Amino acid sequence: MNNMLKSAAALGLVAIAGTTLLTGVDALTADRIAAQERRVILEQLGQIIPQSYDNPLLEDRILFRDEHHFPKGQLVTAYRARQQGEPLAVVLKFSAVNGYNGNIALLVGINSNGTLRGARVTAHKETPGLGDPIEIEKSDWINGFHGKSLENPESGRWAVKRDGGDFDQFTGATITPRAVVEAVRLALEYFAANRDFLFDTVAAPAGDPAP
Amino acid sequence: MTYRQIFTDGLWQQNTGLVVLLGLCPLLAVSATVVNAIGLGLATTLTLVFSNLAVSLTRGVLRPEIRIPAFVLIIASVVTVIQLLMQAWFHDLYRILGIFIPLIVTNCAIIGRAEAFASRNAPIPSIIDGLSTGLGFLLALVILGAFREIAGYGTLLRQASLMFGEWGESMQLTLVPNHPGFLLALLPAGAFIGLGLLIAGRNWLDSTLTERRKRAHKEATETPLGAVSAE
Repeated sequence: MNNMLKSAAALGLVAIAGTTLLTGVDALTADRIAAQERRVILEQLGQIIPQSYDNPLLEDRILFRDEHHFPKGQLVTAYRARQQGEPLAVVLKFSAVNGYNGNIALLVGINSNGTLRGARVTAHKETPGLGDPIEIEKSDWINGFHGKSLENPESGRWAVKRDGGDFDQFTGATITPRAVVEAVRLALEYFAANRDFLFDTVAAPAGDPAP
Repeated sequence: MTYRQIFTDGLWQQNTGLVVLLGLCPLLAVSATVVNAIGLGLATTLTLVFSNLAVSLTRGVLRPEIRIPAFVLIIASVVTVIQLLMQAWFHDLYRILGIFIPLIVTNCAIIGRAEAFASRNAPIPSIIDGLSTGLGFLLALVILGAFREIAGYGTLLRQASLMFGEWGESMQLTLVPNHPGFLLALLPAGAFIGLGLLIAGRNWLDSTLTERRKRAHKEATETPLGAVSAE
């Protein structure tokens, strides 16, 4: 009995020591980690919106769901870029769900006039070497969205070439670019139908869910 | 056991990745490029050094029946500290290594060294054991990473800026210009094949060295002293 208590006490002490250490390190690094995370997302957003915005981009965001355009009940984040209060562009952060392997996390930047500013894939599990040219680091395929809109190309041609559309597929991979093209088109359609909602809704309070 | 022995054991005789074959999951998953390999190897080495030190310091206090949960607590704390520090200072590298940093906890090599060495030895030998085991793992990772990166991309040290900052951008060596990319080397299958070749290579080198040492030993004892001085 005595031994058991001693063991329990020793284990408890180890746990307390570990927790104390972690609390200390967490307190030391929390600010820096938050700053790093902000830097990463600002860098990503900065690639696909005009640089002339003057509002706090990360705070001026709303969260919403829309089953028709963003399937599987996902929570979409919209970051609004404004200049002196006038809407410049919005970045939608969501996932394409019909890739070859799992979700493809996307950022889609749309100018206030409905043209695409650009798109970026921020995370995916597509086949390396076949599906991964959707990454900007691997090829400039994703830059093909720049300047496109729902009218350009017209609606029937918003697809990869194999499906009779205007966008290139990759050798050996059609499903991946098809998923991205479709997701971008749906995002544009959502924007066209909900432009005022996207720009005029009051920003969601800071805090969870994290940006 | 001398420090020298501890060191050669960790690096060569008992190399975690190539002889004991522990921690293969991160070894196979993260060795597609040299920079990833160095990142995970260093994080694992740090974990081993500090977990060995902590285990060694508690070796008189912890009763045998609770040592395993205590080791797990210690290792998990050390790994979480390293994870937080990496997130704060090497954020981009952390994002690439991702889940494999927290998964260092489950690398059996670490609890193995705690149980087999640190819980029975003084702090300084335990630190040296952790260091040599970690460096042995790092070595296996980097060699495998170099093979796979050269075969897969034709480069060495690509994305070095993730670890060394802007200074690292000029570090990439392009060994094969206009390399078309060799997918097999980058996929898990390539990792298995590479690891197999690496283990075979180590065994071959080891047996050749032992053979040579034996022969040298034999010659040294058989040669009459006079014959050496006559030359």
